[in-house]
Amino acid sequence: MLHTVNKSPFEKNSLETCLRLANDKSSIILIEDGVYGALKNTSIEATIIDAQKNYKIYVLGPDLKARGLDKNSLITNIEIVDYNKFVKLAVENDKIQNWL
Amino acid sequence: MLEVNGKSFETDEEGYLANLSDWEEGLATAMAEADDIELGPDHWEIINFLREYYEEYQIAPAVRVLTKAVGKKLGKDKGNSKYLYELFPYGPGKQACKFAGLPKPTGCV
Amino acid sequence: MDDQIESGIVKKFLYINRRAPHGTIYAHEALEVVLIGAAFEQDVSLAFIDDGVFQLKKDQDTSDIHTKNFSKIYKALEMYDVEKLFVEKESLDKRGLTEDDLSVDVKVINSSEMKKLITDSEVMFNF
Repeated sequence: MLHTVNKSPFEKNSLETCLRLANDKSSIILIEDGVYGALKNTSIEATIIDAQKNYKIYVLGPDLKARGLDKNSLITNIEIVDYNKFVKLAVENDKIQNWL
Repeated sequence: MLEVNGKSFETDEEGYLANLSDWEEGLATAMAEADDIELGPDHWEIINFLREYYEEYQIAPAVRVLTKAVGKKLGKDKGNSKYLYELFPYGPGKQACKFAGLPKPTGCV
Repeated sequence: MDDQIESGIVKKFLYINRRAPHGTIYAHEALEVVLIGAAFEQDVSLAFIDDGVFQLKKDQDTSDIHTKNFSKIYKALEMYDVEKLFVEKESLDKRGLTEDDLSVDVKVINSSEMKKLITDSEVMFNF
């Protein structure tokens, strides 16, 4: 399953709930304000790194760029994807759960 | 909607261009003609200044701010409201911004 | 407006920004209000707290999400005589940011200084 998270983890608990309830081996893509969850050196960095044991985490490039962020700002092994790859992920997965 | 040289341009209800990227010099000339103004080098200097200003700051400056910014860039003799109002009698903020294809200045009521 | 300027009443205005840019309209709307309010010649301060600190992140480029890059407007605030920008250090720390990550000159203050700023303000706007 593909999970999307579009809220900042510092303002809403969408990402936290996603990480609690998503099945192992799920893919998670951080979009819109959700991309802030991919930043390194934050108060939730350890939680994200730990979650990477169970999940593959992606982040949407255009939303990163809009917020003045790039791969140097991110936790390692979080993959930056463009809109085409996002669509591909959506098609490849049998279901999508949006944590709004 | 504004028709210039056979092309139509989308505008808001006050005649400001809807899409900055649609702008071309002929549009400014036509808007000025409609206000009975023939654009000379001094007008163009301000219009181009405004387009650069918008590119850099993403706002159409209020008159007060425009005056100050023009003074800084083009000199004190141009950075005053007398000079700017002579060029753009309906208000250097509103009218010059309109000719430059910018939205209505922020802070203008 | 003219009456107020002539009577010389100047109040301490504080605009409190607590939302990230782009995901919602709050940050952009706050800027519009600040710029319009600047004409009233009051003693204006801006506070950036929580996700609001993300508004000032440098190098924002919205070309790929096709929205207006209003982050450039923060650089124009100075010309509108809005020069007092305060950023809460605790909010920066929590988000892995430092003053070097910001696009404009600000004063980074700690929570107790922020508390005082809020306490001393007379008119508050929240975004």
